Amino acid sequence: MSMQIEALEERFQARIDADERIEPKDWMPDSYRRTLIRQMSQHAHSEIVGMLPEGNWITRAPTLKRKAILMAKVQDEGGHGAYLYGATETLGVTREQLIEELLSGAAKYSSIFNYPTPTWADIGAIGWLVDGAAIMNQIPLCRCSYGPYARAMVRICKEESFHQRQGYDIMLQLARGLDAQRRMAQEALDRWWWPALMMFGPPDADSKHSAQSMRWKIKRFSNDELRARFIEFTVPQVRYLGLTVPQGEIDWSEFRDVLAGHGPCNRERIEARRRAHEQGRWVREAATAYAAKQRDRELKEAS
Amino acid sequence: MSNSREWPLFEVFIRARGGLDHKHVGSVHAADARMAMEHARDLYTRRQEGVSIWVVRSSDIIASDPADADAFFEPARDKVYRHPTFYAIPDEVKTL
Repeated sequence: MSMQIEALEERFQARIDADERIEPKDWMPDSYRRTLIRQMSQHAHSEIVGMLPEGNWITRAPTLKRKAILMAKVQDEGGHGAYLYGATETLGVTREQLIEELLSGAAKYSSIFNYPTPTWADIGAIGWLVDGAAIMNQIPLCRCSYGPYARAMVRICKEESFHQRQGYDIMLQLARGLDAQRRMAQEALDRWWWPALMMFGPPDADSKHSAQSMRWKIKRFSNDELRARFIEFTVPQVRYLGLTVPQGEIDWSEFRDVLAGHGPCNRERIEARRRAHEQGRWVREAATAYAAKQRDRELKEAS
Repeated sequence: MSNSREWPLFEVFIRARGGLDHKHVGSVHAADARMAMEHARDLYTRRQEGVSIWVVRSSDIIASDPADADAFFEPARDKVYRHPTFYAIPDEVKTL
């Protein structure tokens, strides 16, 4: 029996080494399946929770155009969550289980969304830096070994580029504005710079899942490599805005605190999700009841 | 599987432009076919990615088994003569 598993695992790794894609019904090691369920569902949860800090600003965005743009962006985030939940379900978990894990607090999501958005400039900084860092992380995932994940990522990456550019556009407008607006832009940059750099995960030496994920081609570049590339791309963009790159070092104790649930908004975010889920319950139940009634009616007419 | 209040799953196929095939793009949960159609529109065509959508209950799809793929597709493996390149035609013969 174990001989058989070993042979299957060997063939599985050979397929990955040959850059073949693994599809839902293909044989895969349990640990590969579990790793993907964890990573993909965390990714899906992050998209869903990511709607909250920005959703806060839809009614307060300064113009009708900015409101419409922000609404489109938040809808995209919801869409990305749905693509990723769908892709995760192909691994044999249900949507209900996944949502339950998020609402109960059992599942993790990206720490970045536990930071507050006190000014309009934060919305600019999120689009530019947070979506920018997300793109940097996500582009290699378009070639990830698991087919449904890779395909969802292709779709997501196409849409993220608008998010990053609209964020930079907000920053650009503030940077060209009054002193107070420039100050607001700089303060938002100062707030988001470090958390954005933390989005690439702990330093390579402390990254416990990395080696296996690399072997499985779920991950293709190390945390530190991607972080360095992000800084290289972003620093000239900061300079163009006439803003100053924050000086110092990443505070990893902050990263661990936020991850452990002690960030500024962890509790608020999950409570907002729970409330939305509760408030939507009657809609879901009504739709289910309506569908059942229609089915009964059709059956009666047919008989 | 959950026993479930969960809405059934539908697979979504989209025709990107007139003249092209419908292509599988992903899936949606919905209470019924009409809702599946609306969810598919909201989820997969926010940027005019389609001119036509099909939704199919995932449970109605019958798929080949990847474990049997070798045997299942075996009959086509030794029929190279089905390809035009199998036939050596002299260079002098044109438009063939």
